[in-house]
Amino acid sequence: MNEIIQKVKNLSIGFKSKKGEEILILRNITTNIKKGETVGIVGESGSGKSTLALAMMGYVKHGLYTIGGECEFNSSNLLKMKNRDLEKIRGRKIAMIPQNAGQALTPNLKIGYQIDEALQLHSDLKEEKREQKISELLNKVRLPSPETIALRYPHELSGGQQQRVAVAMALAGTPDLLLLDEPTTGLDVTTQAHVLELLNFIAKDTGTSMVYVSHDLGAIAQVSDRIIVMYSGEIVLEGPSRDILKKPIHPYTYGLLKSIPKLSLAGLPQSMPGSQPQPGTMHRGCSFFDRCNFSEEKCKNNSPQLEYLEELKTSVRCFNYKSLMNDSQVNQTVNKIKTSLQDKEILNLSEVSISYAKQKLLDQVLNRISDDNPTVKDININIKKGETIALVGESGSGKSTILKSIAGLLRTKGGIIKFDQDRNLSSDLKERDPNDLRIIQLIFQNPDESLNPNHTVEEIIAQPLKLYFGLKGEELKKNIIDLLQKVRLGEFYMSRYPRQLSGGEKQRVAVARAFAAKPDIILCDEVTSALDVSVQAAVLNLLQQLKEDFGTTYIFVSHDLAVVRAISDRVAVLYQGRLCEVGPSKDVYQFPSHPYTEVLLGAVLEPDPDIKPKLVAEDIVEEKPPQKGCSFQGRCSRILGDICKNEVPPWQITNSGNSIRCHIPLKELQKDQIN
Amino acid sequence: MKLKNIYQEEKKSNLAKVSEIIITMASRPSGFIGLSILIFHVLLAFISPYIAPYDFKAINPTLMLQAPSAEYWFGTDDLGRDVFTRTILGGRTALTITFFGSLIALLWGGLLGIFCGLVGGKTDDIVMRIVDAFLSIPWILAMLLIVSLLGTSTEVLIPALGFFYGKGIVRVARAATHDVIAKDFIVSARARGHSNFSIIYNEIIPNVRDAILVEGAMRWSWMLLGFSSLSFLGFGVSPPTPDWGLMISNARGLMSFAYWSVIAPIVGLSSLIIGINLTADAFAKALGIDRSTKAPV
Repeated sequence: MNEIIQKVKNLSIGFKSKKGEEILILRNITTNIKKGETVGIVGESGSGKSTLALAMMGYVKHGLYTIGGECEFNSSNLLKMKNRDLEKIRGRKIAMIPQNAGQALTPNLKIGYQIDEALQLHSDLKEEKREQKISELLNKVRLPSPETIALRYPHELSGGQQQRVAVAMALAGTPDLLLLDEPTTGLDVTTQAHVLELLNFIAKDTGTSMVYVSHDLGAIAQVSDRIIVMYSGEIVLEGPSRDILKKPIHPYTYGLLKSIPKLSLAGLPQSMPGSQPQPGTMHRGCSFFDRCNFSEEKCKNNSPQLEYLEELKTSVRCFNYKSLMNDSQVNQTVNKIKTSLQDKEILNLSEVSISYAKQKLLDQVLNRISDDNPTVKDININIKKGETIALVGESGSGKSTILKSIAGLLRTKGGIIKFDQDRNLSSDLKERDPNDLRIIQLIFQNPDESLNPNHTVEEIIAQPLKLYFGLKGEELKKNIIDLLQKVRLGEFYMSRYPRQLSGGEKQRVAVARAFAAKPDIILCDEVTSALDVSVQAAVLNLLQQLKEDFGTTYIFVSHDLAVVRAISDRVAVLYQGRLCEVGPSKDVYQFPSHPYTEVLLGAVLEPDPDIKPKLVAEDIVEEKPPQKGCSFQGRCSRILGDICKNEVPPWQITNSGNSIRCHIPLKELQKDQIN
Repeated sequence: MKLKNIYQEEKKSNLAKVSEIIITMASRPSGFIGLSILIFHVLLAFISPYIAPYDFKAINPTLMLQAPSAEYWFGTDDLGRDVFTRTILGGRTALTITFFGSLIALLWGGLLGIFCGLVGGKTDDIVMRIVDAFLSIPWILAMLLIVSLLGTSTEVLIPALGFFYGKGIVRVARAATHDVIAKDFIVSARARGHSNFSIIYNEIIPNVRDAILVEGAMRWSWMLLGFSSLSFLGFGVSPPTPDWGLMISNARGLMSFAYWSVIAPIVGLSSLIIGINLTADAFAKALGIDRSTKAPV
């Protein structure tokens, strides 16, 4: 167990800027990976965690070069090795599992062929043995019926299955070290939990060392024995996983853990101010100085060294760790969300169904959509003025589709969307008048795509102001500055382009643009999922503040149940475009609940080694909603029988006020769920 | 030092942006060579009427097919006209006609492509099939037909060339637009209720402008070759106006014993085409578009 298989010594990697300065991406990294252990490397985007993982297999990205130090594997320095020698190590001794298996698999080769290719390259097995080994590997990663899977093409598998195939391929060479770069990031919550469980099993079963790189402390907490926390190219904290998550003694980790929303706690977590310094802008002193709550005068000019604490088996880079050691646990304080809920109904969806089916010629002439099994069906929600309602579900649950219909980007097939009790919004964009468009604004997931890269912040925010209110000149400028200040950005941001802003700042500009229209309803489509954790909390807090100031109604779409818990008043759970459960969020997160809600809640990963995900249902991906009966029948672990397959379940209302759509009586639902 | 100053980037004037691009272009050896050749040709086109040593149409039977000498640097042609004079004047018409021709191609091709890309659906299908149909007609045949019907005046040549070379730009502009319209900022503009015109002008053009300009620059060099081919066939510039295509056509029969009369216009024409090509490549690289990774359209 104590045998070291990879030694990283004083590693620095960087690039030369246009002016000829050396800019460091990794600064003086020293760490060891022991045999059989799983090490989690965690950090925000730009912290250098992926660069470090790649260096561990002797790979330095194009444009970067090794400035100093070494990566020693089996007592040879990988970074100085010739390509021919590296080829013998990569795949055989060190294997990598990429983030997006869907892109890493060759689309026109069968799964079995691709695994066989890896086997031919990395083992000396004969043909029959290889055949056997392929089924063995596919079995090991728990893919159903390996013989048929091996004959399929990558696109015929779901995201989770593709990721399992990638694991199988990596295991083909029986490597000593497995590098995983965000292997579950693009997957659904339930699939993610299943894949992590598989990785845990493989680590135990094969005794392979693993290096698990992720931005998600929840995922890291589930798999790793030891955690390395990186910040702007340095290791700031390294130690046993339990200690780091329970008792972080570095201010950054402390703040990070505090800013993650938890399932068990309603309300918004505290945010960390500022953002990580860009490479090359670091000055003297501690790189975390600007954002630190524990900083002193000496932190400004002296950079702390990584200090090893024998009693805790932890290394920490901070002058002030002692003050955190006494502050025993991370006591999360949250800002309770205030809602000035009015009885006035602002948006009413009744019997809404939406279809992506192509219109036939006859239907086009008659201007109708005919599809007896539409993507989204039977949506009935009343939204009150001033509330935040969240739509949750896995990918393909129709949550974004519903948002698009409300915004008018997609025509509904049936049903009525009513604004303010009398205005009909069932039509699409062309048929709505400008005021109907103004009252509903969208904020998108990825601010890189939702802001035009060729416009300055000023031009971006001016657009709705010009369009809806016809503002010009000084008045326009005054309004823009006003909006920028409301989203906590200064006036000097006006002349900047989106590429000069950080992710959080970009999202703030997008928020300002949405509020510029003075809308009644804002549709938030996964607004925080492209952001780093510490920034996410800040954006959530900002949205809440703006809501309190303006009395806006939010419709919040997210796959992250903890975020939804933090910000929403009411939650609607969707599966395959059908509602499963609607209710006040404090009740939805309690039992009894719909079997699907139970599955979702069980799969949430919390940054706590004591809370393990509960895997209730299989992670099957269904292509289409079932023709009749309950939408969840295909995956439900508590299916009753024919009644679920043939009849649409009735709505049952619990004492606390949430509606559950299930055939199982409420009492029985509750009985098995309380554990 | 205030935080404000760190982040503030000076807003550059358009002139500053253009000069920055030109400096980036010239900092590459190939770009420098290309730009120098192009500038040389453009300057020559402006000043050649004033520096030409002889009259380009002065026929002198006593001086037929003289070899290059101190008096006639590039020799004389079969009618005794000075080849040097005719060579330095020979690029003017071609350069002017193709420059304006490619501007027209850029304009109609670019706008139609963007429009089709944005609108999509039936309109896009119909327009693109028409463009495809035109692409399948050999342009030189169609040009010959137009020129023989309407004559070879500049007013005919510029729009005709512009039309035939714009078809390819339609495809490039449409593809570039497709890349952009999938982005959320277009969806956002649509959801706000901006008109198609406003979306094209504010959101799409700034993002596809570079790709289309580079394509236009490449088309310019192709058009130059095409126009010279027309002249070579006798359908471009009419004699006695000096023109490289025409000069090559006239002198090619005499190549075996009066090589000088054909070499000079060939060097002129090919150096200009190479110059434009290198410049277009450097232009693309300065804008951050790597042509080598894109499939030819």
